[in-house]
Amino acid sequence: MRIIVDLNRCQGYAQCVFLAPDVFELHGEEALRYDPNPDQAQRLRVTRAAAACPVQAIALDRLDEMEAGGAA
Amino acid sequence: MSIYPAVDALVEEFKATGRVVIVGASLAGLRAAEALRAEGFDGHLTIIGDEPYEPYDRPPLSKQVLKGVPADHTKLPRVRAIDADWRLGVAATGLDRAAKQVRLANGDQIRYDRLLIATGSRARPWFNPAEAALQGVFTIRTRDDAARLQEALAAGPARVLVIGAGFVGSEVASICRELGLAVTVAERGSAPLVGALGGVIGAIAADMQCDHGVDLRLGVGVTSLEGDASGHVRRAQLSDGTTVDADVVLASLGSIRNTEWLEGAGLAAGVSGVGCDAGCRALDINGVVTDSIYVAGDIARTPHPLYEYQFLSMEHWDNAVLGAEVAAHNMITLEADRWPHLLLPTFWSGQFGVNIKSVGVCSFGDEIVFTQGSVKQRRFAAAYGRRGRIVAAVTFDHGKWLEYYADLIERSAPFPPPAPGFDRPADMTPVPAEFPDPGGPTAMAEVVLTGHDPSERQAQYMPRRRLGPAVSPDSSTRKRGVS
Repeated sequence: MRIIVDLNRCQGYAQCVFLAPDVFELHGEEALRYDPNPDQAQRLRVTRAAAACPVQAIALDRLDEMEAGGAA
Repeated sequence: MSIYPAVDALVEEFKATGRVVIVGASLAGLRAAEALRAEGFDGHLTIIGDEPYEPYDRPPLSKQVLKGVPADHTKLPRVRAIDADWRLGVAATGLDRAAKQVRLANGDQIRYDRLLIATGSRARPWFNPAEAALQGVFTIRTRDDAARLQEALAAGPARVLVIGAGFVGSEVASICRELGLAVTVAERGSAPLVGALGGVIGAIAADMQCDHGVDLRLGVGVTSLEGDASGHVRRAQLSDGTTVDADVVLASLGSIRNTEWLEGAGLAAGVSGVGCDAGCRALDINGVVTDSIYVAGDIARTPHPLYEYQFLSMEHWDNAVLGAEVAAHNMITLEADRWPHLLLPTFWSGQFGVNIKSVGVCSFGDEIVFTQGSVKQRRFAAAYGRRGRIVAAVTFDHGKWLEYYADLIERSAPFPPPAPGFDRPADMTPVPAEFPDPGGPTAMAEVVLTGHDPSERQAQYMPRRRLGPAVSPDSSTRKRGVS
């Protein structure tokens, strides 16, 4: 799955780091790093992380909601 | 809605059957395509990109990807299906405004009713092509660049040399230290990040680098790179006479805007980008606004009301996103409903364990004042001012406060600004922000005026050519003047 974090918006609350530690990590106290293409097995955790983000900085792709081969 | 039903009918017809061509398949191009579809554009949409990849996100390339996240993991998430005709792996090479056609490298001509120019910029290459071709010499801008550099770093070089301590160079140096690699950073200026944030903040960034074991060389340029018999880079000569042994060299010398394909098209396009109005409409070479050509992303230069209406290039992520949305909206909207692209630019850079964030245009300021936190602990906020008003702010691990400053900047609040009554530094005296002198005029005219009659008067583009060693037109003029 594809994700993107608006790091202008991100303020390092780190809720995502607690909810999906294999995908999100803090570099220092505030700088977020993440895997932009985590394994599908992480979807539930990442979805929870996106929902829990206090500034709603995490966007998930909706490719799977589109028709197959939605890259078109 | 227009008061003229016929005009409304034309708009609806355009939205149903018009042809939009987007040149540039990166963040701005993708977001514009999505915005067009979101706003009800059902016509034909073509997206042209010179790289063979679908749109990907660049910020991770100088960070996560160098630590091992595969470069192809950066494909941008899609918010909606855009049903576009993708022309990837083929560059646009020309624009014929009279015929409303974009020419592609493979000879194809793509007709448009509305065109979005979003070709962005590329890494400035090492100036000596033979040295740039040595194995182990890199630039970083694209997915492929990042993948190659990651591979070189993973091979465990004895030392990495980073030339240029802007944001990208500093981020890569930070990653090298995280990977346990020895790294030398050579910067011509007085400090890292000095161009974007000034010398006061640059000095703090320099301390950060040194504390993390970076061999930081300031005020020196790299004059040449030397390879071994197998063509692999081994050593760099510095302008202070010293040498650095390195088997990986990253040239992070800033970017060059991709405007060459617009040569001859009669737009206000040159080395500093493509000029456009605040509604993202391109200006022609005379400075007259065009109706069917729009500009977004790194390549756009737009007048900004908060900054004395100066034309600004805002080469940031948020500018690509917001500019693309505004351009897309205005492409399919009548004048009365157009939006202005009035971004307060922001950016971030994670390096050496610190989150550096900024809002506004720091280099527009000439003074700086620390308003919160502690420089010693590298947790602080500072504001930039010009002529008694706040124009920008920077935070180190203090990002939660950025909105406070953004609000002050938008209101043109006085400088020094009122500090929040919390966590105040002992010294809150404004000091010069120490931006480097932008230098004299480049003496390399790109545009000249011709004609006298108003119907003939026009600007004419004089393309700059780089052939062999650069000869300054300025010096040749002086010689003629002397003789």
